[in-house]
Amino acid sequence: MKGQARETLDAGLPRDYKRGMITELGHFALILAFLVAIVQMVVPLVGAHKRWPGWMAVAEPAATSQFLLTAAAFGALVHAFVTSDFSLSVVVQNSHSAKPLLYKITGTWGNHEGSMLLWVLILTLFGAMAAWFGGQLPPTLRARVLAVQSAIAVAFFAFILFTSNPFARLAVPPFDGQDLNPLLQDPGLAFHPPFLYLGYVGLSICFSFAVAALIEGRVDAAWGRWVRPWTLASWSFLTIGIGLGSWWAYYELGWGGFWFWDPVENASFMPWLFAAALLHSAIVVEKREALKSWTMLLAILAFGFSLIGTFIVRSGLLTSVHAFANDPERGVFILAILVVFTGGALTLFAARASAMQAKGVFGIVSRESALVANNILLAVSSFVVFVGTMWPLLAEMFFDRKLSVGAPFFNFAFTPFMIVLGLILPLGSMLAWKRGKVGRTARTLAPAFGLAVALAGLVWAMQTGRSLIGPIGVFLGTWLVAGTLTDLWSRTGKSGSVARLFRLPRADWGKTVAHAGLGITMLGVAGLTAWESEDIRVAQIGERFEVGAFELELVDVQEVEGPNYFSTMGEVIVRQGGDEIARLFPEKRNYPVARMPTTEAAIDYRFMRDLYVVIGDAQDNGGWVMRTYIKPLANWIWAGCIIMALGGALSLSDRRFRIATGEKKTAARAVPAE
Amino acid sequence: MIGTIRSALVALVLLIAGAAAAVQPDEVLDDPALETRAREISAGLRCLVCQNESIDESNASLARDLRILVRERLVEGDSNEEVVDFVVDRYGEFVLLTPTRDGWNWLLWAAGPIMLLLAGGIGAAYLRGRSRAPEPSAAGLSAEEEARLRQLLEER
Repeated sequence: MKGQARETLDAGLPRDYKRGMITELGHFALILAFLVAIVQMVVPLVGAHKRWPGWMAVAEPAATSQFLLTAAAFGALVHAFVTSDFSLSVVVQNSHSAKPLLYKITGTWGNHEGSMLLWVLILTLFGAMAAWFGGQLPPTLRARVLAVQSAIAVAFFAFILFTSNPFARLAVPPFDGQDLNPLLQDPGLAFHPPFLYLGYVGLSICFSFAVAALIEGRVDAAWGRWVRPWTLASWSFLTIGIGLGSWWAYYELGWGGFWFWDPVENASFMPWLFAAALLHSAIVVEKREALKSWTMLLAILAFGFSLIGTFIVRSGLLTSVHAFANDPERGVFILAILVVFTGGALTLFAARASAMQAKGVFGIVSRESALVANNILLAVSSFVVFVGTMWPLLAEMFFDRKLSVGAPFFNFAFTPFMIVLGLILPLGSMLAWKRGKVGRTARTLAPAFGLAVALAGLVWAMQTGRSLIGPIGVFLGTWLVAGTLTDLWSRTGKSGSVARLFRLPRADWGKTVAHAGLGITMLGVAGLTAWESEDIRVAQIGERFEVGAFELELVDVQEVEGPNYFSTMGEVIVRQGGDEIARLFPEKRNYPVARMPTTEAAIDYRFMRDLYVVIGDAQDNGGWVMRTYIKPLANWIWAGCIIMALGGALSLSDRRFRIATGEKKTAARAVPAE
Repeated sequence: MIGTIRSALVALVLLIAGAAAAVQPDEVLDDPALETRAREISAGLRCLVCQNESIDESNASLARDLRILVRERLVEGDSNEEVVDFVVDRYGEFVLLTPTRDGWNWLLWAAGPIMLLLAGGIGAAYLRGRSRAPEPSAAGLSAEEEARLRQLLEER
């Protein structure tokens, strides 16, 4: 034992030395990035104020080098995780040499320090992209946007370097690590944070644009067009990130819940709602030069809520399933960042917003009004989530009451807003700009409405039990999908011509696809909530039992060994009408190093329903606890999320944004007006 | 050496395996109506040692004790409210996932409607203003800016 260790040490020395160098270089790059960020924060801002082109020009190379330096630091940390460099305390606490390579890599951001480094990496990436694609912006605006973006980066670099340094070393490195939380060793959750951060942090660009425009004192239609692609991208990434998290919860936590109104989930949901509102109000700025100051406010609030989200998760202030960093000092630091940036921006807003005059004139019945209604519903519903999330804290601080605000409250208080939103969406999105005609639009939509009512009536009649949420969800989902397709069809001059359909601008397609995705998600949520069925029993090996239309048989239970876990794996045959339709292998795993058990449900995914099988504990009489769930329309929830994000991507690819961000200019092809 | 580690690990695994998952078959009541009520009540009660999980979902042993307690009370003929009150008396209002409406809590429940009214009022006033405003000229922009703006907007 002793000799062996000695040998490993000797053989390992040169490699460890090189590895140590890479880590040190990463740390150094991070410090340099911090310094570059300080320069980028100050010089272009002064340059823009004094109109010195040389000073303003500093912003672009600074943004690029800031990004490259941060990428180098991040790369060094990934390297440390992959090579299991246990001289770094984050690696010791969150990795293990036996962990599969994928989770060594994703373990980089499966912890507080690493995830904050990923946060700034994405922040600097967006800053660099704003610099690269911002060629068409007025030089002063561009310099100011990049300076504000860099100010955010300075704050977070300081946060990382002074309170959460991922490159902190241990004097005596242990032989092996403590492994990553096994719940995080999963593909769904491995990629959940990067997408979420792309969304959260992407909103920082909108924030920077808003603050820069407030400093400039000017907002026009072009501003709306510049901001919209960033909002679209952030919103799409957030949609995917939230969807991944929800899907993960569905299959990993063992009973197939998909949304828990957990503070951490709410933390990502509030920016999503605000981003959705911003997305729509920026259209009004772009097309009609109205709602300008409101859009500014939304841009500030959307990123403000991203910061609040980061604060909620990082401080561990609100108890939650996945707060893995509970540290008050860090919480206070982020709170300070939150107060300085949101507070500063709002103060600036209060001082300057009145200077922005609205130009567009429109009637009460118009697309503009519909978008105002959309904004009111999204902003108020987000506010309800915010109050519900913070209420336990407020109640304890001010009324000395320890209470909980859980899922039943949110379902009750939040859902009505979404129902109303779904009701008005197809109508509002088809109204003409300036002055719409309800009667004409309603007539066009009548078939879609009829179809939705018919389907809702059908499921109402067919369902067992008298659940309201099911038929309402079916109505809304169908109404949204059919309504938005009607919209697309009427865009072709109601000709249904395929050629005309494909000539429509991508933004029109994006709108249709995203709205249909929302409808599909609503269908999924309602179906799963209303018609789920469950079976809990002790099953003997070889015993057949019926759950709904299915017959299940527990064939065998075996002990299996994984790379870094032990597993009890059941084998279940599912039959329908006598024929075998699936063979499922539910698992119960134990990760000895992390000392945690996990449940790995086995799911037979189908279009109309999932069959969800979980194996529990062995019983004294030789049987096993088995849980079987039939989950109707479950997949539709996440399919809808993907479709929504796809819609965002389609809109983003619309050529007018490429022109606005200054990529290339081709001869303008006539695009039908909306 | 390897052998000792292996047996230590197995012992550790056995130790962990004690954790149960959510409602167990032996807890389920024979009367389906009572069981449904028990599930409804459990979904609204918070597991005290977990983070934001109801006792219906939780696999903590305290949650199991509470689930059994709820079922015992139901079998003895308590109404749903009586069962909930019984649990709240023992563990405080922290167990309620649906907060009460008394005291300052009314503000929590009314927050949504109040904000909606406020926002709706402001929105309506804004829309009225917009629909009555005179069509403005594009003043305040220099000729150059005007041209550039027009060029950008025409691209669509």
